Amino acid sequence: MSKSKRTRTIKVDYLARVEGEGAMYVKIKDGRVADVKLKIYEPPRFFEAFLRGRRHSEAPDITARICGICPVAYQMSACHAIEAACGVVVDGPLRELRRLLYCGEWIESHTLHVYMLHAPDFLGYDGAVTMARDYPDIVKRGLRLKKAGNAIMTVLGGREVHPINVRVGGFYRVPTRRELGGLVAELEWAREAALDTVRWVAGFEYPDFERDYELVALSHPDEYPMNEGRIVSDRGLSIAVDEFDDHFAEEHVEHSNALHCVLKERGAYFVGPMARYSLNFAKLSPHAKEAAGEAGLGPSCRNPFRSIAVRAVELVYACDEALRIIDSYQVPDQPAVEVVPRSGLGHGCTEAPRGILYHRYQLDSDGVIGEAQIVPPTSQNQKTIEQDLHQFVTPRVELAKDDLTWQCEQAIRNYDPCISCATHFLDLQVDRE
Amino acid sequence: MNDREHMVRLAVREHMVRLAVIGVGNPHRSDDAVGLWAARALRRRVVGTWPSGWRVLECSGEATALMDAWSGFDAAVIVDAVSAGASPGTLHRLDGVAESVPESFLRCSTHSFGVAEAIELARVLGELPGQLIVYGVEADTFDHGEGLSAAVESAVPHVVDRILAEIRSLI
Repeated sequence: MSKSKRTRTIKVDYLARVEGEGAMYVKIKDGRVADVKLKIYEPPRFFEAFLRGRRHSEAPDITARICGICPVAYQMSACHAIEAACGVVVDGPLRELRRLLYCGEWIESHTLHVYMLHAPDFLGYDGAVTMARDYPDIVKRGLRLKKAGNAIMTVLGGREVHPINVRVGGFYRVPTRRELGGLVAELEWAREAALDTVRWVAGFEYPDFERDYELVALSHPDEYPMNEGRIVSDRGLSIAVDEFDDHFAEEHVEHSNALHCVLKERGAYFVGPMARYSLNFAKLSPHAKEAAGEAGLGPSCRNPFRSIAVRAVELVYACDEALRIIDSYQVPDQPAVEVVPRSGLGHGCTEAPRGILYHRYQLDSDGVIGEAQIVPPTSQNQKTIEQDLHQFVTPRVELAKDDLTWQCEQAIRNYDPCISCATHFLDLQVDRE
Repeated sequence: MNDREHMVRLAVREHMVRLAVIGVGNPHRSDDAVGLWAARALRRRVVGTWPSGWRVLECSGEATALMDAWSGFDAAVIVDAVSAGASPGTLHRLDGVAESVPESFLRCSTHSFGVAEAIELARVLGELPGQLIVYGVEADTFDHGEGLSAAVESAVPHVVDRILAEIRSLI
């Protein structure tokens, strides 16, 4: 029997350095990829049901529990959606503070992924621990950079994980100029460390892999998107956040506990740092643009393996933006805008570290939640990850089992998938027939 | 050493050794929260009696956050939920300085970059506290929801007793 006609099964029972519990199954028949499935085992989401009957003011804190890595994203999308339902716009210094909090989360989340989860793939290590034996100073730099993000979360969010200071309409308590000023020196160090991070990852070797993705992100006329903007794509999509359900649909697939989200007209699409970057390059800070140029990134990127470099550029941006906000901060008169509940439907969409996170709430006149919908970034990328693997494995079907398995794991980690968010473990199985 | 000498030695050591007990877990994944419950029960037990350099902390278990939590302390005791195949509520003990922590031992409690990775990364980087003891409480369930299963909840006072005994032996 020739090699190409064999049935081969490659199975990894646990895919490390991915947030959550799921599996990847790849079937190779007669030397061709026959099937790819991203399987998510964790129990189906229960948060949407849990929100029914709760007060509108509880949504940010309840949804923040969905993820330990990106609680701010959940709080922000929830706040914006509830405020939209109640006809309230939060502007001025409170809006700036929300953006600052998001900078903290981007710094924390991106640093964790770049240094601890993704870089080991490019340098040939099985994880951060073994990488740290050869690169102790680099790993220490990553730890300190992440801590700079933690510091923002602590000052503004009340604590590092699951910030408790966020409320519908703003904050429970706003910081003084002096408190924010205390963050400046470390953020200036962090900006230099982020620039060093871009130079470091620019030297990695990237597989030659690109796909014609439909990139989807928020876009805002005046700023790199975090909390606000229209949902746009590079294929002409440009919609207000409240039109999300007109253009996107969630589908149940047998092999996953997480719903797959698709564009009704065109199917799979791509969300995350690479989409955000490619659709909003012009809005990056001068430092971030310059760093991108030095790293050999053009104004757009379609090689998901390079997403580590894009995250590094966004680290530079997040430090710059945090410093800008702190410098111009004026303490608002009130820590929050009053949000009087009214009957209605509200939509919110913000840029979580992994891509757009959509929330929708139906409120009654007392502010009680009748219905809730949450569409996290990893649900939106599931189909795209499967398609990536299909194309990625095709020219590599003859690779030795261990090599192929390891490279497939890398291709999945490009997305920094947060399966905890998507449903709420990943093992990899390659079947060859 | 007679009792009085021992008391004096303890009093001196107490003020010299900076010590942290760190409860690890996710409060919304049932028995995963047992480390947090143990930390809170311990805090109630010792409130007002501990020297100022001793702390009871709570942590999600994400590796870098945990490394931050024990930085600056000479000794740390970590309490976390484990899934090691024993009956629920069973208490496991590991000396984190003397032995490496098997990844599978603590994996279930957080995502894939958790307590075991924090200890091993800190070992490589020379950032482990001088003494580090890990208590793992065998969990029954990690399902969504708040509150512990009966077997695990009833183990909490015993966990606190063991931590207090551990601290006496550490100092």
